[in-house]
Amino acid sequence: MEATTGGNPSTTDRSSDRSLRIEHLHKEYRAGEPVLRDVSLTVEGRGLTAIIGPSGTGKSTLVRCINRLVEPTSGEILFRGQDMVRLSGRELRAARRRIGMIFQEYNLVERLSVIENVLCGRLGYVPVWRAWLRRFPDADIARAFELLDAVGLGDLATQRADQLSGGQRQRVGIARALMQEPDLLLADEPTSSLDPKTSVEIMELIARRASASSIPALVNIHNVELARRYADRIIGMSKGSIVFDGPPQALEDSHLLAIYGGEGWLE
Amino acid sequence: MSDTSLSARPQRLAFPPNWPARIGFTVLALYVLYAGTVVDITWARFLTGLEQGSRFLSRMFPPNTAADKLALLHNGMSESLQIAIIATAVGVLLSLPLGLAAARNLAPAPLAWASRGLIVAFRTFHPVIVAILFVKAVGFGALAGMLALVVASLGFLSKLIAEAVEEMSMKQVEAVRATGASFLAVVIMAVLPQVMARFIGFSAYQLDSNLRNSALVGLVGGGGIGATLFTAFQRFDYDFVLTIVLAIIGIVMVGEIVSGFMRRLFQ
Repeated sequence: MEATTGGNPSTTDRSSDRSLRIEHLHKEYRAGEPVLRDVSLTVEGRGLTAIIGPSGTGKSTLVRCINRLVEPTSGEILFRGQDMVRLSGRELRAARRRIGMIFQEYNLVERLSVIENVLCGRLGYVPVWRAWLRRFPDADIARAFELLDAVGLGDLATQRADQLSGGQRQRVGIARALMQEPDLLLADEPTSSLDPKTSVEIMELIARRASASSIPALVNIHNVELARRYADRIIGMSKGSIVFDGPPQALEDSHLLAIYGGEGWLE
Repeated sequence: MSDTSLSARPQRLAFPPNWPARIGFTVLALYVLYAGTVVDITWARFLTGLEQGSRFLSRMFPPNTAADKLALLHNGMSESLQIAIIATAVGVLLSLPLGLAAARNLAPAPLAWASRGLIVAFRTFHPVIVAILFVKAVGFGALAGMLALVVASLGFLSKLIAEAVEEMSMKQVEAVRATGASFLAVVIMAVLPQVMARFIGFSAYQLDSNLRNSALVGLVGGGGIGATLFTAFQRFDYDFVLTIVLAIIGIVMVGEIVSGFMRRLFQ
């Protein structure tokens, strides 16, 4: 197996550091049936890292452990100088707001408007009464409009989210994640519910925005071709473990066989 | 091969007999016949009843519209309206937190079960029985009637909110939680948008139902038009009774139109 993880540069200053270090992460939903087996992984503070692997191999669980939408069974997740696994309450929320997440089914609040959905990205920053009365700070509103322009939905700000197409919804999802001013972007199968053309556009957008904000992105993805095309680094997972880790050009058919198993499908 | 296996198979029934249902309906029919003989409903008894009824009806016509009676009607009616509207408003305000606390996908289990217990207690007795209790506790008048209807509203609305919250999409909630939003912010931006339209529909229905029940609680001492009606009965003012009944029918119809309109408005 290839292993070009590279050295860990995070020995420098801690809180401005955007790298993510996962150590011996283990997750069992039911005792004795591990979904993640001792996963260790360092994502440097830049670039797009794609995680590929068959369904049910723990990719989604891995990404969700990072912002604790899923509780890890054991291990460490070091981000911004803190171990995410040990945080709770206010500290956990403060850490979460620095991690933007993009979902497979967009997960917009359907009955809110597009701009309200984008402003949800500020909920970790503004007091609750501001959200209740929709009195978000002017700077936040201006930035929400900017982001909507940037993802090409400037004219749809006051539309209700359930009126949008899949591709448009995912763009709102991206804007919401960016609205958090994240230090890390997570995406869980962001293109799996989209048609091939829209998938390419969405991946393009994620890659471009992540590099424009110079933040790392960690993207679960089914589509190997999209991963090759947009990722700076590919991680292959099988049965809860990392079985490939390297640049896209190093990913060969033999690796794909190791990741997905079987043979005939490759021809 | 397939032929022999087909003919070897026992005869198949498209509509197999549902024996539990057949037995159940037979038992029910037999019980109705038995109960009819036991409660002593005879043809002669029915005819005397009809005769009395027609005498009662003829004494009701024409409805009494004397000025003093109309003043009584107006007083009773406006008190009933106040009872119904205040009870609905208080019930709506209190039922929102109680309903959220009873939703098992949001509240921790002990709180959810305690809240459910409270809701069951509120729903156990008919508003008339609750009204009798309050009349004994706080004395005759509008306060007792209002409290009885608050309890009824609280039971009904909290239960429906809890159910609506349990049916909502957790994906939307998860996405807002991932932004680092506090629990209250999640409720405001992800939970309420999903259940608000239904909640307003329930509240409109409850207003409608409180209008009807406000006449009922008056009969047992809870004030309002029910008290006026009860007095009229006791004084054998059957023509005034008819006036009151017609007025109640009018109010209930108006209430139904208003609540239907509200429900459409917030669809």
